[in-house]
Amino acid sequence: MSAIASFLTLVLHLALMLAAAPLVLGLTKRIKARMVGRIGPPVMQPWRDLARMVRKQPVVADGTSFVFRAAPFVNLAAIVAAATLVPSFALGMASAPMADLLVIAGLLALGRAALALAAMDTGTAFGGIGASREMMFSVFAEPAFFLVVFTLALLAGTTNLDAVASLITTGALGLRISMALALVATLIVALVECSRIPVDNPATHLELTMVHEAMVLEYSGRYLALIEFASALKLLVWMSLIGVIFAPFGIAPRDGDGANLAPWLWAVGLAAWAIKIGLMSVGLSALETTRAKLRVFRVPEMLGMALLLGLLAAIFLFVSQGFA
Amino acid sequence: MNGLALPVLALIVAVLIAVGPVVSVMRPKFAGWGSFAMCAIGAVAVMAYLIAGAPPQLLSVPFGLAGQPSVLALDGVSGLFLLVLMMAGTAASAASLDDQGHPLPTAPAFPVFLGGMALTLLAGDAFALVAGFELMSLASFTLVVTNHRDAGVRAAGLLYLGMAGFAALCLIAALALLAAHGMSFAAIRAHPPEGLRAMAVLALVVVGVGSKAGLVPLHIWLPPAHAAAPGHASAMMSGAMTKVALYVIIRLVFDLSGPAQPIWWSLPLLAMGLASAILGALRANIETDVKSILACSTVENVGLITIGLGLAMAARAADLSVLASLALGAALLHICAHAIFKTLLFLSAGAIQHGTGTRMLARLGGLVQRMPITASAMLLGAACLAGLPPSAGFASEWMLFQSVLGAVRLGGIGPQILVCVLAAGLALATALAASAAVRLVGVALLGRPRSQLAATAHEAGPPVRWALLLLALVIVMIGLFPAAVLGLADPALRILTNTSLNTHVGVLTVSPAIRFPGYVPLGVAALLALAAIGIAAVLRARAVAGHRAGPAWDCGFGASPTWLPFGDPLTQYSGGGFAQPLRRVLGGPLLSATTTLDMPQPGDTRPAVYTETAQDPSELYIFAPLANVRATVSGLADRMQFLTVRQILTVMVTALVVFMALVALMEQL
Repeated sequence: MSAIASFLTLVLHLALMLAAAPLVLGLTKRIKARMVGRIGPPVMQPWRDLARMVRKQPVVADGTSFVFRAAPFVNLAAIVAAATLVPSFALGMASAPMADLLVIAGLLALGRAALALAAMDTGTAFGGIGASREMMFSVFAEPAFFLVVFTLALLAGTTNLDAVASLITTGALGLRISMALALVATLIVALVECSRIPVDNPATHLELTMVHEAMVLEYSGRYLALIEFASALKLLVWMSLIGVIFAPFGIAPRDGDGANLAPWLWAVGLAAWAIKIGLMSVGLSALETTRAKLRVFRVPEMLGMALLLGLLAAIFLFVSQGFA
Repeated sequence: MNGLALPVLALIVAVLIAVGPVVSVMRPKFAGWGSFAMCAIGAVAVMAYLIAGAPPQLLSVPFGLAGQPSVLALDGVSGLFLLVLMMAGTAASAASLDDQGHPLPTAPAFPVFLGGMALTLLAGDAFALVAGFELMSLASFTLVVTNHRDAGVRAAGLLYLGMAGFAALCLIAALALLAAHGMSFAAIRAHPPEGLRAMAVLALVVVGVGSKAGLVPLHIWLPPAHAAAPGHASAMMSGAMTKVALYVIIRLVFDLSGPAQPIWWSLPLLAMGLASAILGALRANIETDVKSILACSTVENVGLITIGLGLAMAARAADLSVLASLALGAALLHICAHAIFKTLLFLSAGAIQHGTGTRMLARLGGLVQRMPITASAMLLGAACLAGLPPSAGFASEWMLFQSVLGAVRLGGIGPQILVCVLAAGLALATALAASAAVRLVGVALLGRPRSQLAATAHEAGPPVRWALLLLALVIVMIGLFPAAVLGLADPALRILTNTSLNTHVGVLTVSPAIRFPGYVPLGVAALLALAAIGIAAVLRARAVAGHRAGPAWDCGFGASPTWLPFGDPLTQYSGGGFAQPLRRVLGGPLLSATTTLDMPQPGDTRPAVYTETAQDPSELYIFAPLANVRATVSGLADRMQFLTVRQILTVMVTALVVFMALVALMEQL
């Protein structure tokens, strides 16, 4: 029974994530437009763009290899796999035993490497600049995120996301300074990973400010649709990840080995997830309308701050708890 | 059947060392096939031995110091290393067959090199260990100087010989300290070293043998030497020889020095491991020669393995036996994975050098079009290098990170903060390695050719392709079934930590804590495959099929002009350009990297010159001062040459008098 419930939860979760990813992007764009006094495109616009791009025949740059054509698939597959592992409205999904935080980080790294290689495959200056900068950011973002994982694993005794979230939902940990520091570090890493302002501007096409956009410059048609969809999904994965770790309010708790099939818990979980994602979209929009983009070489400094916060989070934990 | 493993392996060693060079000289064609057959038989024998549970075996052979037989021994630890060596050796021997009918002048050294490594692993006493180690060093030196007409190769060979001599001195001194009660390992185990003697052993082994493994600060020789040797030889040097050195460290420090060593013994290993991991990975981002990049990444990976060894040592000293076996398991898994994928990468690099005639990133590019098989193999190896799931590199790095997490239980707040720094450093090293892997593949294999050499490259011959295929299969298997490798490593874990990981390793999973699920590589691979199939199915139903080809958009640059035969490679990112951001952020503090731009005044027609320099800190702080001391001493000694006859006579008589006075004084004491 619980196996069926876990599987049902997983299917619903995945369908929800895939359907909602472009909507969250649309919502963010709309809120941003409202904040600067425009009406903005409808929330459905990203879906419409995707549908249109899928109907167009792509142009593939001369001299590119199979890597260029395979990279959008690898990138999206890696992010869909990560989306399968990060819980949204309920814990104890069928994918929970595999939902290791390091694996999730590894899958996101796989997607990034695929895009960077595709960018190098075009043999253009923009592909190179994008790939080089993206890999430089990741060199600093990954240690910061690993330290956050380290802190969480110290609290929970495992790097399994479902187990970490279960422990935090039961309230056994209480409020901690470490968690606050880890939250800030994660937010910075998430902004970098999702290529948002102040690191990268998703709306820009001014050459010298591009990082992620420079990498995917040569894509068109269905390949571009896959990449756009992947970056929307990546944003939602990071929002869900932050939600489930740092604000697991209302999420349907697990029931023994599997998911809970109680309808009211699902309703509460869904509502809570929608509210969390909505609030994060507002927050992201506010940040993006009030901040300017940083210079590229200021980004490592910002990530160094995240690294320091991650280190402090772990040290605070040692001081307060004294594992031995 | 099982008792046969050691005699068979001893016979293989004897054939490789004694018959191999003779056949290489008389019938060069058979030598490669012979090494291939020997390694393949050895791999099967060791595999059968490990599957049967690896009962320890001893064999006395009538060679050695006068009047004493030598002892060969086989147990779980040496068995696992032999398996890795034989597998890598099989592939490298197969690749050596691709010599276009012109055998290398140093070909006879290759079987001796393989045999020397196997002898080191099979050694059951101090003499056999030193003999094997030195045979391995000398044979590999011969292979390094294959192209000795090149001054760079000669310099690399000289540096390598010097470092090998240093390693030998340290190893012999360490064994002399250990073998006070007899040469055999059994006798050494019965009398483990204590106090100052134990500290001296640790220092000699970690510094001397560590230099052979490529541990910072004595890693300087490794990138040039590994780059200078021919493809299959450098594959064995990077893939297998560094592992043999690690085996000697494990054997001498873990096994023979006894389990009763204090916890601080792990500190030198952890510190050197972390420094190697970060410095190696950073240098791999900056080097411009394909083989140097791979060699620097070997330094990084040896660092990761050494961190695992250090953690295992600390945990064993603190009686946390499960943590010890987890950390050691991570190290052994990474040893297996790295040996295979680094052999794969070096063989592909050899194929690139063969197919294009160059190893410089600045002249490569677009090889995936002309050498699809080599490029695909290299892509797979680079995924392991970058530690991307579900590759073999990810599995071992995941386990290593889990053991770092477990290490917080080792002690008070001081050690815990150190562990935290270790975790951050580990993540930094793996992220740097990922960046280096993307740079290597992106610049050398993808994009447009940067020179005529790359544009006219040819694919590797069939032997190399088969070797690459074999290694690719093995590395995919290790990635998907790391639990099976840990099963083979279980006898070694039981010998070194007295604990088995059996309860933590399922058929498909590895988990550090029994209460919680762990890493499921096959599940991750299946998830990725399902997602990719799903995406393809959706696109098939909805999207327009096919695509049009056109020039790259490149923000309006358009197609390359036709009068440039290779397009305009200068607008394409180069290896140096790709490395520039990291160089600027990390290279300054860690590698004293400098860039100078010499811009001519307006109207001046000379070209602008942009120079980049970077120097390894150990070159700056250890080798340069050493070279200074040597120059000073030889300058002083040089004056002797210009003395007159009378002065020389005076010096000689004075020296004689002083010497005799000293002897007389010693007699009195």
